[in-house]
Amino acid sequence: MATVRFTSHLVRHRPLPGAVAIGGTVAEVLAAVFAGDDLLRGYVLDDQGRVRKHVNIYLDGALIADRLRLTDPVGPQSEIYVLQALSGG
Amino acid sequence: MATLWVGSRKGLFRFDDGPGGWQVAGPPAFLAAPVTVLLDDPRDGALYVALAHGHFGCKLHRSLDRGASWEELKPPAFAALATTDAPTVEMLWCLAAGGADEPGVIYAGTLPGALFRSADRGQTWAINQPLYDRPERARWFGAGYDHDGIHSILVDPRDSRHLVLGVSVGGVWITHDGGQTWDLGGRGFVADYIPPAQAEDLVMQDPHLMVMSPSHPDRIWCQHHCGIYVSDDGGRTFRESRDVKPSSFGFGVAVHPRDPDRAWFAPAQKDECRVPVAGKFVVTETRDGGRSFAVHDHGLPTGPAWDLIYRHAFVIDSSGERLAMGSTSGSLWVSGDGGAGWQHLSAHLPPIAALAFAP
Repeated sequence: MATVRFTSHLVRHRPLPGAVAIGGTVAEVLAAVFAGDDLLRGYVLDDQGRVRKHVNIYLDGALIADRLRLTDPVGPQSEIYVLQALSGG
Repeated sequence: MATLWVGSRKGLFRFDDGPGGWQVAGPPAFLAAPVTVLLDDPRDGALYVALAHGHFGCKLHRSLDRGASWEELKPPAFAALATTDAPTVEMLWCLAAGGADEPGVIYAGTLPGALFRSADRGQTWAINQPLYDRPERARWFGAGYDHDGIHSILVDPRDSRHLVLGVSVGGVWITHDGGQTWDLGGRGFVADYIPPAQAEDLVMQDPHLMVMSPSHPDRIWCQHHCGIYVSDDGGRTFRESRDVKPSSFGFGVAVHPRDPDRAWFAPAQKDECRVPVAGKFVVTETRDGGRSFAVHDHGLPTGPAWDLIYRHAFVIDSSGERLAMGSTSGSLWVSGDGGAGWQHLSAHLPPIAALAFAP
């Protein structure tokens, strides 16, 4: 089970879901997290499912490589942080 | 009691005109979130607010209790495509109520430019594919923003299937069949920002804002990038109002609800100098269909002022006497006498993007 943590900025806008989910890629993990709140998905990903321009996603301490399809592989102990970028505020 | 909604760079404010005059009413909603456009639907009292979060994208919220509470709706979105450069809605630039005979129908204009329609008060949206598929759309381009966008959606009160759109930059688009087919309007516009041979190209026109006379819907006023224009045939052709002092450049325009010859503007100097001419902030008004203009400054700053009024921040109410304007410098003014005199309600608001009087 990967652990997903969201920026506290998002708490103002959406109730944040449980912090653990199963998936082999970042896309799969986030899809499981967003399953109960389609509006939350739109805060992190754009219409095409890409990471929003001013959102950063870290996987085990490093920015994900694939911002378009989020195919970075996730391990069972992985930590995913979804944070606002310093740009775009 | 009158109510004015103020959509700003840092949230939504409400002002009420009660026994003590205009006062801010309650705390702001969506504090710190940029409001891009508002709709107070005169048919059912639903209030819609579009936001453009810097980090988290554009959002749509609706209140069915006059702003006491809000629910978030899924905003219009482009269909997912396989290409890496496929579009995403970056901003809702315009919201418009459908006709009186179309309860629940609302329209949204977006950046990048597309028209969306909801038949259920914003719960679900569908793109207008015939307009999106027009080959001319490939020649639309951004002005002020990276992308082209639809900022004006005019619904003919005589025929809800007749819509007129303003696109920056992409011209005037007209449908008479509810959006199944579209024609270009805007003949008579002249653009000075493209080569002279293309100056009258209908697709390359930049109508900053268009408003339709409620009482005479064939009359459309347009604050164009290159001047003030007026149409008497529903936007197919326009004539220019020439020699307007102090300037015919600007963004906003308001038309009187019962007198189609009467319209107001908030001029700035010119394209490359978007401030009042010589720092003198004024409002201009025509009462003869754009043949002559009066300049109003009573109640406006006497000294240098550099306020600019955005296109959706200059509005008139259904009485025709009450107007409001909000500036990018955070000042808010109202007039209760048809624009002749103005009251300064605040100099300390965030930059103002959009206003709406409660119907």
